[in-house]
Amino acid sequence: MTSRYQAPFAESGPAPIDPEIARKLLDVALEQGGDYADLFFEYAASGSYAFDEGILKSAGRFVTMGLGVRVMKGDATGYAYVEDLDLDAMKHAARTAGQIAAGGTSVVPQAIARKSPADRYPVGLLSMDVDGLVKRELLERADRAARAADPRIVKVDASLSEELREILIVTSTGHFVRDRQPLLRFGVRAIAEENGKRQSGSSGGGGRAGLEYFDELSPEHHAAEAVRQAVAMLDAREAPAGEMEVVLAPGDSGILLHEAVGHGLEADFNRKGTSNYTAQVGKEVASELCTVVDDATLGGSRGSINVDDEGLEPTSSVLIEKGILRGYMQDRHSADFFHVQPTGNGRRESFRSHPMPRMTNTLLMAGQDDPEEIVRSVKKGVYARKFGGGQVDISNGDFVFSLTEGYLIEDGKITAPLKGVNLIGNGPDVMRKVVMLGHDLEVSDGIWTCGKDGQSVPVGVGCPTIKISAVTVGGTQL
Amino acid sequence: MQKLDELLEVAEGVVAAARKAGADVAEATVRGGSHLSTKVRLREPELVEEAGSRSLGLRVMLGQQVAVTYTSDFTPAGRARLVEDVIELAKLSQPDPFAGPPDPSLLSKPEQHANLDVYDEAMDALNAAEALARAKDGEDAALSYDPRITNSEGATFTRASGESVLVTSGGFRGTSRGTYASLVVSPVADDADGKKRSGYHWAAKRHLGELEDARGVGEEAARRTLRKLGASKIASCEMPVVFDPDTARSLLGLLASCINGGSVWRRSSYLLDRLDTQVASELVTVIDDPLIPKAPGSRAFDGEGLLSRRNVVVEKGVLKTYLMDTYAAKKLSMQSTASASRGSSGGVGASTTNFVLQPGTISKQELLASTKRGLYVTEMMGFGFNAVTGDFSRGAAGFLIENGELTQPVSEVTISLNLDEILKRIDAVADDLDLRTSTASPTFRVSAMTIAGK
Repeated sequence: MTSRYQAPFAESGPAPIDPEIARKLLDVALEQGGDYADLFFEYAASGSYAFDEGILKSAGRFVTMGLGVRVMKGDATGYAYVEDLDLDAMKHAARTAGQIAAGGTSVVPQAIARKSPADRYPVGLLSMDVDGLVKRELLERADRAARAADPRIVKVDASLSEELREILIVTSTGHFVRDRQPLLRFGVRAIAEENGKRQSGSSGGGGRAGLEYFDELSPEHHAAEAVRQAVAMLDAREAPAGEMEVVLAPGDSGILLHEAVGHGLEADFNRKGTSNYTAQVGKEVASELCTVVDDATLGGSRGSINVDDEGLEPTSSVLIEKGILRGYMQDRHSADFFHVQPTGNGRRESFRSHPMPRMTNTLLMAGQDDPEEIVRSVKKGVYARKFGGGQVDISNGDFVFSLTEGYLIEDGKITAPLKGVNLIGNGPDVMRKVVMLGHDLEVSDGIWTCGKDGQSVPVGVGCPTIKISAVTVGGTQL
Repeated sequence: MQKLDELLEVAEGVVAAARKAGADVAEATVRGGSHLSTKVRLREPELVEEAGSRSLGLRVMLGQQVAVTYTSDFTPAGRARLVEDVIELAKLSQPDPFAGPPDPSLLSKPEQHANLDVYDEAMDALNAAEALARAKDGEDAALSYDPRITNSEGATFTRASGESVLVTSGGFRGTSRGTYASLVVSPVADDADGKKRSGYHWAAKRHLGELEDARGVGEEAARRTLRKLGASKIASCEMPVVFDPDTARSLLGLLASCINGGSVWRRSSYLLDRLDTQVASELVTVIDDPLIPKAPGSRAFDGEGLLSRRNVVVEKGVLKTYLMDTYAAKKLSMQSTASASRGSSGGVGASTTNFVLQPGTISKQELLASTKRGLYVTEMMGFGFNAVTGDFSRGAAGFLIENGELTQPVSEVTISLNLDEILKRIDAVADDLDLRTSTASPTFRVSAMTIAGK
């Protein structure tokens, strides 16, 4: 891809960084000592378009750029960053990061070898490069469709955000690798009112894709989905309270995996012994129906990456196989500790932050049950369709996730819509209570962002229809 | 103050360039900052991070077409691109009849800006070794407190300072700067059945010399971790719920999102059309006060240059005002409450400053003692709140209250009730207000909520 937005440090940019300059900076970073150093150059250009009350109310464009330098010595990390990419400023950052290792022995950086990773997100029409009028038209279409869909809709807003992130990672172990990561997100929100009741509905999607995304999922599709949800929720009744059977719809319900097991399998917590999954590799941690993978290679998915933010090429890694814990998601530091290969899960929000083991696309693989049969098997329970997000306490595995669209299941049939409600459970406990799994694996459309230690990264989730035999539903009806 | 002068020069240059390029209104905010963050774990240094940063945000209007741009590239080419882009985008936006700058007569003058004592000259002098030592003291106090503390997520000491300027084509020029120091300690204890319990405690102040003793913070973190040992689920029921200051302010933050003028004109608040009606019990008075010296959310002027003022939002349970910037005020046919906040990326919206539920007259102990049976909530999890309807349902952990005393630790339950009803059912407010956070509340009790557990 070529773009009007280009990092100055790109090969064809005005101030290219080549292996020679990078080597000089690594030498400065390690001159006081240290076992390892890396350079993370980043240029991110992004745009946002906010459509509200029938007009494009505001448009914005944002550019950030900088270099993060990391020096490691044992378990200690020195980190510094700089926004000014002239050589003296970069050297100053390298020296600041290197202070952590002062007085120790030093390694000599290895010879630098350029690497070109596979392209997992070939983009047809890079959003950042397309005339704004085209994007305004997409938003107008969503707005028109939502307003026309139902007379009870009183308010519609739609937004489009786009990003192109260009990175260059150079390590003292000889890696020199570039990547360009596009990201697109589209969203529609509708508010319905009737007889003094008011409810909202929303739908969104995107991924590491260009505007060809809309060929399959049109603005009208998202408009209709937002309206459907808002109108359906007008009849919502108070949700039940207490433990019961829960069926999770395919796709976005993968947020349960992300919270219940994903975070606890990030290797930093296990290296430190603070996760409830510490020292559990080889042990049974879920029902034998469950196989969980973290897969950075899914084409165009929001969580996919060609290289991680430590310059390593991620693969699809099996975390849990038929209920048995197989391994953790690793970054360089934790992989060293565990004497295993890094899995390419070292990610960071930006050049302002150091990398940590993070998820990419976390999936619970398909089972063999018929999704309709799964619902039919429930006498009284909850069907969970859409989610607002979740959170986990890593130390003991207690997690919550909030339902924004749920229904009662009565005698095997999906019946009344329920008001927003939280589900709460314990990760290993709930994973052992997975009693049926559909054959209908879906990957979520690109809407999810994961937060850890103050750093946000885009992720994907996915799962088939899931039946859990008992989980606590946090409604108000005892 | 040399730094502020430099930032002012950048802002004035960009405003002039945008005006020259055709903008009718141009507003630039320029920020600079530096921070040092150090973390120790198990008494060894784990991270030393040090950096400076800067940002330049621009909002323009061409007639009533609005656009914003942001860059961290301060080179002449970077600034030229910022202006070129914003004009292009403003032409793409569609005229918004409510868009416009504040009335120039409302803009404040630098001599009116109060000194809120939020800047500590000594802050930047604290070096990495001293910062590590403070973190180490905090963690060591937690690890040494009790043998049941077996592990640690570490302790982090951070100092930060920042300065910002706002220049508008309407004639406003304002500068501000602030500092901040904080320490957080996060110990881990082993519980029965292989579970672990993590807890934390933290301190933060505008002035380094006023920060609580590191060992005291570590000891409190240990106590907060140990008291969770043996936590379990309880049976589903309805009973009184007491919120400690941490969880109480989280509820108050939900109220803040619903009295925000932006949520109101977007019809995304359950408090739509509720001015001058009862929205909480008579014990509840909530004030947004940007003028509290040394407080975390203080500011002398708002994001559009209006002079900051104290706003009584809820008085004895009655909703007195929404918090509005110029735009929200126009949409609602009201006056701005000087609540505009300008993000570093240039966008403007209403926000709270120091948003405080006023303390009551009884102590926390008296409040607990008067609770025969209930749930004392010290942690909440998840995002279960719908601002449009007020429906609230979140994960919770804390302690059972029996005969006025905290007994069994509780985890893995949810608490649910519509926020409108929660606020109306507040039947006791304690006097233990701490202005450590910009949204702050003392302990309070809600007479009954649904608890879902076993």
